[in-house]
Amino acid sequence: MTVSLQTLDRRIDERLVGAFGEPRDARLYRRMRFIRRFEETVLELFEEGLLSGTTHACIGQEADSVGLIEHLREGDHLFSNHRCHGHFLAWTGDAFGLLAEIMGKPAGLCAGIGGSQHICAPGFKSNGVQGGIVPAAAGIALAEQLRGSGGLSVAFLGDGTLGEGVVYETLNLAALWQLPLLLVLEDNGWSQSTPSTLNLAGDIAARFSAFGLPVVEVATTDVLEVEAAAGDAVAGCRTRQGPGALVIHTYRLCHHSKNDDHRPTEEVQLRWAYDPLVLQRARLDADEWKGIDREVADALEDCVTRVRQL
Amino acid sequence: MIYARALGDTLRHTLEANPRVVVLGEDIVDPYGGAFKVTRGLSTDFPTRVRTTPISEAAIAGVSAGLALAGFRPIAEIMFGDFLSLCFDQIANHIAKYGAMYDGAATCPVVIRTPSGGGRGYGPTHSQSLEKHFLGIPRLRVVAGSLWHDPVALFDDFLADHLPVLHIEHKLLYPLHLATNGEAKLATVSHDGSGGFPPTVSIRTVAREECSLTLVAYGYQAELARRVLERLAIEEELFVELLVPAQLSPVDSAPLERSVSVTGSLLTVEESTGGWSWGTELAAGLGSRLFGRLRRAPSVLASATDVIPSAPDREAETLVSERQIEAAVREAAA
Repeated sequence: MTVSLQTLDRRIDERLVGAFGEPRDARLYRRMRFIRRFEETVLELFEEGLLSGTTHACIGQEADSVGLIEHLREGDHLFSNHRCHGHFLAWTGDAFGLLAEIMGKPAGLCAGIGGSQHICAPGFKSNGVQGGIVPAAAGIALAEQLRGSGGLSVAFLGDGTLGEGVVYETLNLAALWQLPLLLVLEDNGWSQSTPSTLNLAGDIAARFSAFGLPVVEVATTDVLEVEAAAGDAVAGCRTRQGPGALVIHTYRLCHHSKNDDHRPTEEVQLRWAYDPLVLQRARLDADEWKGIDREVADALEDCVTRVRQL
Repeated sequence: MIYARALGDTLRHTLEANPRVVVLGEDIVDPYGGAFKVTRGLSTDFPTRVRTTPISEAAIAGVSAGLALAGFRPIAEIMFGDFLSLCFDQIANHIAKYGAMYDGAATCPVVIRTPSGGGRGYGPTHSQSLEKHFLGIPRLRVVAGSLWHDPVALFDDFLADHLPVLHIEHKLLYPLHLATNGEAKLATVSHDGSGGFPPTVSIRTVAREECSLTLVAYGYQAELARRVLERLAIEEELFVELLVPAQLSPVDSAPLERSVSVTGSLLTVEESTGGWSWGTELAAGLGSRLFGRLRRAPSVLASATDVIPSAPDREAETLVSERQIEAAVREAAA
């Protein structure tokens, strides 16, 4: 298991992240199932009226963080955005801390002040304002460079964030200073309700390569393909001790936040055929993936019960 | 020693004392040493920790945020205070928020220094005092240097604190000599005595009980106010107390209240555009809390609520002047 579970004090449930030594195909499926079920649970709790505010589910994009995290290690740092649950859970496995935070409990990761979009844990931070996290991730990379620690700073961006000017200020600076910074761009084709065709000119990868950042690009929801691409991107950054980009063309199968989906039904329906869970299930026996589904559901149910009692 | 040099020495002191200090900004390395020469010599001696940046104010602030989150102590220079607008998202939505929204699990003690103010004929976009737009941002300290505040003590305090700081340096202070030895020309300078930090400096020629007005000003306007105070004391025996805070926000109004309770009148002076300002906030607070002890309503003096012209004579008409301060003092001391 390469994942760095940094919040062991919270007693990470093996039913969610897999016991040590679980074979890779099962492990990757389990972790994606964990993120999927967590997001579904949050949406259900909203329906129940137990949550306030908003949430941005990453249903359909689970392969991105799960594939990437295979290549990260303790000492690396993740900076995420508004759609941060999957990134956080893949990195830490801490469903209890995040759910308590989203439900506004004092036992939450940030005592309920941060909520869904503003999370802090060892080696992880998120903020909900688009683009602004990118220079902060570069600053963390500069800190690691000055320390000579070998740590890699990772920032998650969406395609919509490419409209923010500070992203390009940071690309220039990261390239000039050769910062150990990996920018993971999840292009799901839609920024909130606006299709990329209405807000994104030119080519995504070219924006990074214009500043001299090597780009690894994949269009897939298959976790093994993402994992391989992430391996190349991470290894490149570590070898060069410099910046790089991983561009993943994916798809958000759910709405942007809650009940705000106006995308063509046919388009969304078509993409369900490429659900990353469905693709990964094909590599497992039916009994195996059904067993994992049950374990994950049970574990999250226990988690919800504990958080409700807080 | 002139203020600019003292600030440079202060930065050198912080770099020497703390290996986690990183100084960054546009054009700050040698031989140029910064648009106002504050950082001259530093990059030669600390090449990895004194870094010149692209013209990217948002990234300067954002990279500083990341450094601070990772345990470093960044001190960023924004070449002109006018350009703080380009850092507003980083300051308001990132730097000032991290500590609180993460419930203390991280801190983001960024220090941003910037030259502010007019009087140099730089025109509408290089002369403003935009710091008023940053006052009241929760968990952001806005501190303005003056001739009576020791910059080493201020920066030592910033670096011992976990809160971010916006440090305002009026351009016209740079060539002036610091007066941290406890003397103005004639008046006595003392700390207010409350023991708070940074201290509010009290300047007067006579006992507080003989003063008929509390005048409060910061930065370069405090120096103008000091000149008026001494002139009126000598020529007309009109006595006022001048209070010079370094920290503008959050406000420590206790020193001000103690003085105004005795003098019975308040005049605030600042160089920013009039309205929605530091002075109006102080006047509202003091006016409410000390209503029964005031002889008259608090007065607020600020610059014209307009663009600052480049032409020297028109710029002078726009910004608060010694003449205006004197007129306002006469009125408020009556």
